[in-house]
Amino acid sequence: MTYLADVGTLARKDLLLELRARDTLPAMLLFVLSTLVIFHFVLPGDSSELAAAGLLWVAIVFTSLLGLSRAFAAEREQGVIDGLVLAPIDRSAIWLGKAISILVFLGLAEIVAVPAFAIFFRPVSGAMIAGIVLADLGIAAVGTLLAAMAAASRARELLLPLLFLPLAIPIVVGGVGASVTGDPARYVGFLGLYDALFAIICWASFEYVVTE
Amino acid sequence: MWLESIPDYSGAVIRARRLEKRYGDKRVLRGVAFDVPRDGFLVVTGPNGSGKTTLLRLCAGLAVPTAGELDIRVSRGRIGYLAHEPLVYRELTALENLDLYGRLYRVPERRERIGMLLERFGLWDARHEQAGSHSRGMLQRLALCRTLLHEPDLLVLDEPYSGLDDDGAALLDRELEVGLGRVAFVLATHDPARVERFASARLALA
Repeated sequence: MTYLADVGTLARKDLLLELRARDTLPAMLLFVLSTLVIFHFVLPGDSSELAAAGLLWVAIVFTSLLGLSRAFAAEREQGVIDGLVLAPIDRSAIWLGKAISILVFLGLAEIVAVPAFAIFFRPVSGAMIAGIVLADLGIAAVGTLLAAMAAASRARELLLPLLFLPLAIPIVVGGVGASVTGDPARYVGFLGLYDALFAIICWASFEYVVTE
Repeated sequence: MWLESIPDYSGAVIRARRLEKRYGDKRVLRGVAFDVPRDGFLVVTGPNGSGKTTLLRLCAGLAVPTAGELDIRVSRGRIGYLAHEPLVYRELTALENLDLYGRLYRVPERRERIGMLLERFGLWDARHEQAGSHSRGMLQRLALCRTLLHEPDLLVLDEPYSGLDDDGAALLDRELEVGLGRVAFVLATHDPARVERFASARLALA
């Protein structure tokens, strides 16, 4: 229970920081909406709905990348990561707390983005929503770990996309599959498996990322 | 580097032998040896770039030595580390920052302890102000509150007088005095005369 209390404390802190600084969520909202508007004008009128679904996933992946690039900004700029690492908590709680806050930001961005997508392009199916929720879990899990790795590097702006985008390929494959194929359950299952596997790997390896 | 006086080795909370730390090709520390007893007060001195901060990070458990032995017999939660940075979130208030650390360190009677420290360090009236609006001296006072919050057994202090005015420095003197004999100290400073009366051992890094 203390583990969950620590996770809750850290996630609440991140949400409070965002409420005060407002430097991540507004940027994500603006980015995802702008991207969808641009895609709306880029895609020819007679384009298939399949192509539109693919564009939604491009918007989701790059919006999440924007959020992830700010994930450890406060800890990095103010050196607070040392304070958190020294605290007598399981260090994976830092990862989980941060992943939850990323998940919340991504979810809020999508609450705006998905209806906008439905207006601009095509109706959204239940399978597509399921795909988005599972993809968010994977993005938050993997992205938080990679954001912590990148934050420790001087070339962090360069490093994060280089690390994240290859690992996001299965998420895109699963998400697009769940959105456009006739058998979405297969892809939803694939996303669930990806989430479970990478959540365990990230949970177990975070300690080694934040300590020397 | 040399150790000018070595106190009793028994019951040491830190025991270091042939300590070496490298970052890539750059050797920051080499052949450092010292002991810090449970009631010891080790003052670390040396010019800029001599490795004082690196040594303190090793003592706090934030870094691992490249070679040599470093035995720290204090659990992570019993170490108080004062760094160059205050290690607080600038968007949170003094109270929120200390509450965050108080929760993570599971400080008993957290609110009372936080209130007492804020009073003692003259931050009570500024408790609802975001740390980002604090002056350098106030941030250092807040960092000291954070460091002392969980009543650590080992205090690792990197230039603790930095940014403090006379009142703040006097407050810190009093804290060091109260902790003497009860807490082990490792303190890095450019002004060893200031803590001369507390020191039980000195380590000069070259």
